[in-house]
Amino acid sequence: MMLILRMLAGLGRAVIGVFAGAGRLVIFAAQVIRAALLPPYYFGRLLEQMALIGWFSLPVVGLTALFTGAALAQQIYIGGGRFNAESTVPAIVVFGMIRELGPVLVGLMVAGRVASAMAAELGTMRVTEQIDALATLRADPFRWLIAPRLVAGVLMLPLLVMVANAIGIMGGWLLSVNKLGFNSGAYLATTRKFIEHDDFVMALMKAAVFGFFIALLGCYHGYRASGGAAGVGAATTRAVVSSFIMILLSNLIITLAVFG
Amino acid sequence: MSEIEDKMPETGEAVPMIELIDVRKSFGAKKVLDGVNLRVTKGESLAVMGGSGTGKSVMLKCILGLMKPDSGSILIAGEPMTGATSRDQQRLRAHFGMLFQGGALFDSLPIWRNVTFALTNGRGGHRKEMRDRAAMLLERVGLGSEVLDLRPSSLSGGMQKRAALARAIAHEPDILFFDEPTTGLDPVLAGRINRLIVQLVKEMGATAVTITHDLHSARTIADRVAMLHQGKVIWDGPASSLDNSGNEIVDDFVKGLE
Repeated sequence: MMLILRMLAGLGRAVIGVFAGAGRLVIFAAQVIRAALLPPYYFGRLLEQMALIGWFSLPVVGLTALFTGAALAQQIYIGGGRFNAESTVPAIVVFGMIRELGPVLVGLMVAGRVASAMAAELGTMRVTEQIDALATLRADPFRWLIAPRLVAGVLMLPLLVMVANAIGIMGGWLLSVNKLGFNSGAYLATTRKFIEHDDFVMALMKAAVFGFFIALLGCYHGYRASGGAAGVGAATTRAVVSSFIMILLSNLIITLAVFG
Repeated sequence: MSEIEDKMPETGEAVPMIELIDVRKSFGAKKVLDGVNLRVTKGESLAVMGGSGTGKSVMLKCILGLMKPDSGSILIAGEPMTGATSRDQQRLRAHFGMLFQGGALFDSLPIWRNVTFALTNGRGGHRKEMRDRAAMLLERVGLGSEVLDLRPSSLSGGMQKRAALARAIAHEPDILFFDEPTTGLDPVLAGRINRLIVQLVKEMGATAVTITHDLHSARTIADRVAMLHQGKVIWDGPASSLDNSGNEIVDDFVKGLE
């Protein structure tokens, strides 16, 4: 009997913990959104973060998209070959990249690069009392530290996804023309035919949502870090894992909402 | 003149610059502050002493408005810090200058922007003017202008502390807080920082609160010492009376006994 009670108590604590955590995150998000919308604004800080998130993510995003687009073309060529449908390569590369792979891969790559960096930087600032120092110097940490990161995340992810989509489609084209024997002009004409406005808008919308979660979770876990270097390490891990989960979950929800 | 200076109630007694009334704070079942009462008058230099984990830092964070007490009130020049809106807390913080234990300089900014942070509200404008101001402030704490463009990580521990001190006094605050100002410094450097603090507090005519467990530091910096033990102020008297306080716990602390 006691064992069952203890198990139930443990389960109850875990459930309450999940809801309390979700509540804390929602309150944190509301505070950040408020700070982002109301003055004072720190445009210098925003530009700095836009460069860090957008510009410096370009190499990793570009390479990921290029390799994935090429691999996708190869797989579709082999898979399509079973049904004599090799000609679907350009169309499926376009669909695959724009609708799913572009946003999700960019989201995951940027989460790995940026959410971890944000959590580590803010976590270090927290444990070395720099965040307390900000408050005593009358700068709101939400306005000075977090809002610029959130706004930069929401603005830069769509741009990165646009670049990734273009490079991914180019990767598919390069492989198809050079290895699979496609005619370059015909491939590009088919590609253009299958690029749809609605798909493109959905990809950008997904990217903005992913950018929001990457910055929010990176900052949230860093801001709440405690316990020295080990605490910062744990916060960084939590930031990356939780942003991966939120990217994949929100991707599914948006996909189902649009195509379901 | 500062808006919180020279407030006199009708009784003629000066309003204390800092007043803590029955302040309590617990973390779970652990009572960290268990009814702290403390008054610091204008121009006074108080050292709050106590062993590790006696609630000194929590008390300081409550005064600064970084932590909310469970009950009790904290008044800054008669105005409540506890329960104040964040706007009012920010206004009250204009009177604070705080030296954090590790300096807490912003790693991402060069020294000159760190030092002038309170003047620029964290913005990068007025570069020439602010660099000149930073150079003047650094000179006051014994640092040369060669450190202006360096990042905090390029400075030694003592230099970081000095730069942090320059940042704390940049906006000419009325109340200065020092959290363990000599921790991690060698005795010579600690002596220099102590003397620098005394000099700055005197020059500025500021009220000072120093959190420390360093007896020598407390004797050098403070006029008055409050001893915190198990979340309560158990002794409060002139720094010169530390050796004959008549309090067993203070005696043990002074003699370094368990």
